[in-house]
Amino acid sequence: MRKRIGLVVATVFLAACGGSGGTASTSPSPTSLSGYISVFAAASLTASFDALGTSFHKANPGVGVNLDYAGTPTLVTQIEQGAPADVFASADTTNMDKLTADGFTTGASRVFAHNQLEIVVAPGNPKGITGLADLAKRGLIYISEGPTVPAGKYSLQALTTAGVKVTPKSLETSVTAVISKVELGEADAGIVYTTDVAAAGSKVQGVPIAAADNEIATYPIVAVKGTKSSAAASAFIDYVVSGAGQSTLATFGFLPAS
Amino acid sequence: MRRERVPIVVVVPAAIGAAFFILPLVGLVVRSPWRDAVTALTAPDTIEALKLSLVASLSATALGLILGVPLAWVYARVEFPGRDLLRALTTLPMVLPPVVGGIALLLAFGRRGLFGSWLDSTFGITLPFTTAGVVMAETFVAMPFLILTVEAGLRSMDRRYEEAARALGASRWRVFTRVTLPLIGPSLFAGAVLCWARALGEFGATITFAGNFPGVTQTMPLAVYLLLETNQEASFILSLVLLLISLLVLVGLRHRWLGSA
Repeated sequence: MRKRIGLVVATVFLAACGGSGGTASTSPSPTSLSGYISVFAAASLTASFDALGTSFHKANPGVGVNLDYAGTPTLVTQIEQGAPADVFASADTTNMDKLTADGFTTGASRVFAHNQLEIVVAPGNPKGITGLADLAKRGLIYISEGPTVPAGKYSLQALTTAGVKVTPKSLETSVTAVISKVELGEADAGIVYTTDVAAAGSKVQGVPIAAADNEIATYPIVAVKGTKSSAAASAFIDYVVSGAGQSTLATFGFLPAS
Repeated sequence: MRRERVPIVVVVPAAIGAAFFILPLVGLVVRSPWRDAVTALTAPDTIEALKLSLVASLSATALGLILGVPLAWVYARVEFPGRDLLRALTTLPMVLPPVVGGIALLLAFGRRGLFGSWLDSTFGITLPFTTAGVVMAETFVAMPFLILTVEAGLRSMDRRYEEAARALGASRWRVFTRVTLPLIGPSLFAGAVLCWARALGEFGATITFAGNFPGVTQTMPLAVYLLLETNQEASFILSLVLLLISLLVLVGLRHRWLGSA
């Protein structure tokens, strides 16, 4: 999935300036940063990073933001195969550590958010699922993310902690794929992040997981080695970690970085 | 005959065109860790994916023959209004993005699908996340190749043999099995092999409609894609296996076509 913030907005911005003859603006003074940055972010960050990208661009009109979302391991593979990423936002530390160990990052990664797991079911919870143990019910179609996808790994850990033995019917490639199959009614339940359930709105419903079994996901962000817009890339990272970025993330249900 | 010099304006783009196809193959061959080939190919997951791929693609081919040959016969022999439209609809998956095919299959045969919900409520059959779902996805994408090849064969055959057999008192079924089928043998074979190869390589419709689980729905192309994230060397080797199979199919078919021409 891909979203481009900048070109169109910039054109509108210029047109507005030209039309008004350069009246004083009330927004904070724009920075001198310019260029284009490509942000590769975990699929579970889709809605929140769309918002962060837009507000970052507002504060830095010279910087266009290109957002690419996929399952975290897919992003790591793409970056290692030479995809032109400037910033990488991971849904776990394992994939971040892998990218760092392979020499594709510059500077230390910074934790910018935490997330929790929730069971996703159809609206109205037709199968009456109340917790992890219910996922093992006969005839219930439970699907998971694959074990390399952070959410899949966390799901497995949560199920193990809870002592629930259940074999998923499918190992999907991302959190978003799991949600869409529950939304379509092909699967009865999956385990995703609380933020994903919130982002999906009324199309699905969340069932909380007992705190003792739940996993806390850690989201680190880093600049990718060889980025041609390192100033803009670190400005974006600073923005995500800043108070403004943190409050945006909080509105999407993420837990604070610290 | 004097051989004319091939003009340079043709040679250069032609050479670039050829390199465009050959370089990725060279990349795959060069980067494949040959020493680990045996380990990668005999890993339990690989064997499972290979077995599943063979079973599913052969079933898809069989289904293609059972349903596709009659369809091709109708297209070649029966005049009816809307025939061209019907042919276009039944061969659409050749140009449709496979993921779109997968979504369409979900909406028709999924648990909440138009027809799938009836299957579920009446027989308790659900197709997504099953090997049967894989076969369906593969058949959907691959059968058009068989239909078109067989139809072309039926159109180009000499129908006088059929007429002669009929005149000598053979039943229509006997004519079809003893005269028509042997006459279109080469196109039947070519169509089946093309269909099988396409089914073997199917990815988009399969992962969308059938999902991904080792031993049940994880076919070779899915395994290749997922291994790229965990074990790149193994994924290169498996890609090479699929490549060799495809190459064998094309080279084998070329012989067949030359032989029948």
